[in-house]
Amino acid sequence: MPAPVQRRLIFAHIDEPGYTPDLACYRRHGGYEVMKRAFARPPAELIDEVKKSGLRGRGGAGFSCGLKWTLVDRKSGKPIYLVVNADESEPGTFKDRYIIHQDPHQLIEGAMITCWANNVQQAYIYIRGEFPHGARILEKAIAEARAANLVGKNILGTAYSCDLFVHRGAGAYICGEETGLIESLEGKRPYPRIKPPYFPAVLGLYQCPTIVNNVETLCHVKHIADLGGDAYARIGTPNNTGTRIYCVSGHVQRPGYYEFECGKITMGQLLHEVCGGPLPGRKFKAVIPGGSSAKVLRFGEKFNIKQKDGSMSELGVEDLPLDFDTLAAAGTMGGSGGIIVMDDSVNMVEALANLNAFYAHESCGQCTPCREGSLWMKKISARMVHGGARPQDGELLKNVADQIAGRTICAFGEACAWPTQSFVQKFGDEFAGYSAAKKEPPAESVPLI
Amino acid sequence: MSAPAKPDLVTVNIDGRDLAVPKGTNVIEAARQLGIEIPHYCYHPKLSVVGNCRMCLVEMGLPAVDPATRQPLLNPATGRPRVNWMPRPQIGCATNAMPGLHIRTNTPLVRECREGVTEFLLLNHPLDCPICDQAGECRLQEFSTSYGRGYSRFVEQKNVKPKQTRLGPRVMLDDERCILCSRCVRFCQEVVHDDVLGFTDRGSYSTLTCYPGRQLENNYSLNTVDICPVGALTSTDFRFKMRVWFLKATPGIDPESSVGANTEVWSREGVIYRITPRRNDEVNDTWMADSGRTLYQQVHAADRLAGYTIDGQATAPDMALKAAADLLGSGRAAVVGSGGNSVEEQFLAKKISAALSAPAMLVSRVGQGDGLLVSADRNPNVRGALVTGLISALPAPQLAALGADIDTGKVKIILTLGEDLTAAGLTSAQLAKVAIVYLGTHRNATSAAARVVIPTLTVFEKNGMFINQQFRLQKFARAVPGPHGVADDLVTLSRLLAALGGGTIVPDLHSLWAVLAVEVKPLAGISYASLSATGRVLDASPWAGLPFVEGESLHFKPAAQPAAATA
Repeated sequence: MPAPVQRRLIFAHIDEPGYTPDLACYRRHGGYEVMKRAFARPPAELIDEVKKSGLRGRGGAGFSCGLKWTLVDRKSGKPIYLVVNADESEPGTFKDRYIIHQDPHQLIEGAMITCWANNVQQAYIYIRGEFPHGARILEKAIAEARAANLVGKNILGTAYSCDLFVHRGAGAYICGEETGLIESLEGKRPYPRIKPPYFPAVLGLYQCPTIVNNVETLCHVKHIADLGGDAYARIGTPNNTGTRIYCVSGHVQRPGYYEFECGKITMGQLLHEVCGGPLPGRKFKAVIPGGSSAKVLRFGEKFNIKQKDGSMSELGVEDLPLDFDTLAAAGTMGGSGGIIVMDDSVNMVEALANLNAFYAHESCGQCTPCREGSLWMKKISARMVHGGARPQDGELLKNVADQIAGRTICAFGEACAWPTQSFVQKFGDEFAGYSAAKKEPPAESVPLI
Repeated sequence: MSAPAKPDLVTVNIDGRDLAVPKGTNVIEAARQLGIEIPHYCYHPKLSVVGNCRMCLVEMGLPAVDPATRQPLLNPATGRPRVNWMPRPQIGCATNAMPGLHIRTNTPLVRECREGVTEFLLLNHPLDCPICDQAGECRLQEFSTSYGRGYSRFVEQKNVKPKQTRLGPRVMLDDERCILCSRCVRFCQEVVHDDVLGFTDRGSYSTLTCYPGRQLENNYSLNTVDICPVGALTSTDFRFKMRVWFLKATPGIDPESSVGANTEVWSREGVIYRITPRRNDEVNDTWMADSGRTLYQQVHAADRLAGYTIDGQATAPDMALKAAADLLGSGRAAVVGSGGNSVEEQFLAKKISAALSAPAMLVSRVGQGDGLLVSADRNPNVRGALVTGLISALPAPQLAALGADIDTGKVKIILTLGEDLTAAGLTSAQLAKVAIVYLGTHRNATSAAARVVIPTLTVFEKNGMFINQQFRLQKFARAVPGPHGVADDLVTLSRLLAALGGGTIVPDLHSLWAVLAVEVKPLAGISYASLSATGRVLDASPWAGLPFVEGESLHFKPAAQPAAATA
């Protein structure tokens, strides 16, 4: 079956020649018209539209956006905050950066519609420290919007005021975790909070109810306000509505970003047809479908997936539709949409050593299993790569990961455990045989990890 | 199913046993009530909950509810509610008891979680227990034994971190031993409000340290050593001095102020090695000031009095007592009691002053209260003197009235029970005009000028009671024996009383309290043996009008003062 054509909703103008990130250009393309219409509607109606749209968060967890908004404590009398999570740090993910760099007003419009819908008077864009250029672009765009009365006091001549600020992180992956982000925004170490009791919807920023949404999610809100919830829900597949941006990296002919209706394209179509297939003379070996934290899929493995009609069908990796539910049923996740492709030139032990080095470096150090376990896994896999592999190391790695997942304060525990668990489980022979197969590195080589 | 719960109680089920606990009790505390230990490092009952050690992971579940009727579904076999167990283990410290909460603390999953956390904590821990001061009272050691695997799978290099870091004048830090529980950080922030500790770096390389340019020097710094579950924080005073398993803990009361912080005095073979706080939720929680921890040093101080003397010549106790009684009995005496004496001693002092028809007075010691556990009144037991009737008004800072009486010749003989009269404002010229009987623990100008010197015991060497600023009667016990040949203070005072014709009182606590309970109305029905370890609050209304000097402190709010006192 040929791959469907791209449906560019969020990325409609990305890399479009002549499209600039300034307000005038955005307005020429119909910008802020949706916001004007939205501000004429009662907020509750907009929340309803988002609920009807079935929008799921694009940050990684795929949590229902409408439900998230519904859970916000509106009775406490405290102010409600919106925090835009622009801490796009998941390895393999590079979608929010394009929005920020090339279409910042789309984000601002989506954020302001969200603020209006949720009666938010203060919103923050928390952008990762490694995006200084993005932060400058956002600052400029917000200044333009403020000058045009789209942000700030009495927006569009209404009685409603809402300000929006950019806050730069200092360079930590854990700031992408919503409660870690909130702590960082409050000026503290980004130690994720324990839930319960610190659910952001009730006790978030400054102990006030807070909505934390991903950049792409808020852009979708703009399109939901534009199209209406029902019309938006017809894009994609049921329970996996809207479009999805897939960031393909690794060993394909044409890596890059691609926006399709969610669930309308399979892994095989994306990698073989859209991305041009493997590099000459190579074969696909493995793919991580949702950012580096997602469990790896091995080409050749089969999944029994329940179909919509209730029947079970056996699907290979290439047959998997790229939506939240199917990937979850295949034991991994759609996550942030970062698809990392590895071909047969990759040694899985070395690939895992790379990932483990990342997670050991990024563990915040607050809770024991992740703090100690992530570094231990790094040390084991680094030792393997540097010539000290033992046959039992694969099993030890998996066991360490098992001691982390599900026992930590935040989802980082799973994020660092899942790669190890899945790599060892699916490529156990490579781990067991690594000590024998390992070629000694050249004497002058510098250890990368 | 379960016993009907009182309105403010909720019933939880721990390992199959129902328990009614007050709402808000967390799972660790609830289990503790059933004698079930849920191991934990970071949780401390007097600090905020952070849930970072993950040692208290247990299985939890809530009763399944019929969606239609909202009634709990029952297990037909047992008749008990069917429980929906959560798929993941949950931390006990951050989970408060809620109706029907079921907890399992001894399942394969829970045991595996504890094994995992223990293994993780030991990875980068130096395991230098043989030279670690915490050994013997180390949570990591205890829980590793109880809940660990007993072997290590770790073959990599351990992390290297700073050793022997001086955090402040009294606290040393070994960062490699630190398990990053953040108890010390939270203590400084939440209890002392002196935010000086924090972590730098991240992940497994996280390092506890002081803020740049600051040090941990507040008067409560040693509490961080107490609450440190491992040997990361050690006391510069105690480290490398003694193995804790050789030490005997005796309940004591901090005598440095009228707060009366509850303490434990740790000793071995008659030598005190350290003083730590003893939990009393109504007085000092689990804290005490650093300044109270070094008071044991007075026991073996160089200026300690150990011999009975008459006119500077060593003598036998009997001779000294007889000389004292003869002197005092010759008339025109005054009794200077002490707010540092126990209730029992003050009672005997009052009897002595009555037998002599001599005026009795106290010397006040007023300093700055710190709002926490050191109050403005640096005498631990002024209220004891009020309750026993030794005095009826608050003492003055200086003995000006007594000085005037000496000058006019109204007072010729002074019995001082531990007070240095020169420090209380009497001049050496005045001292030269009177004959002094000095009962005290240490040498000073007064002991040097005294005709008769009778050595007494420090608070660590005797049993007794103090009444603190809350009018709480609290007892302390003898931790170490007094100097060789020095009689117990109650023996000394009762013999002096008998020699002065004031009647016979058998100088043991049981007999003495039988008399106290009858003769001192506020103490009716109390005995030394039966008083609980946390003390008992007396009716303070007879002294409500007195202008006490204490300000607000932990668990204490001063009563509204008469307007004249504040003016």
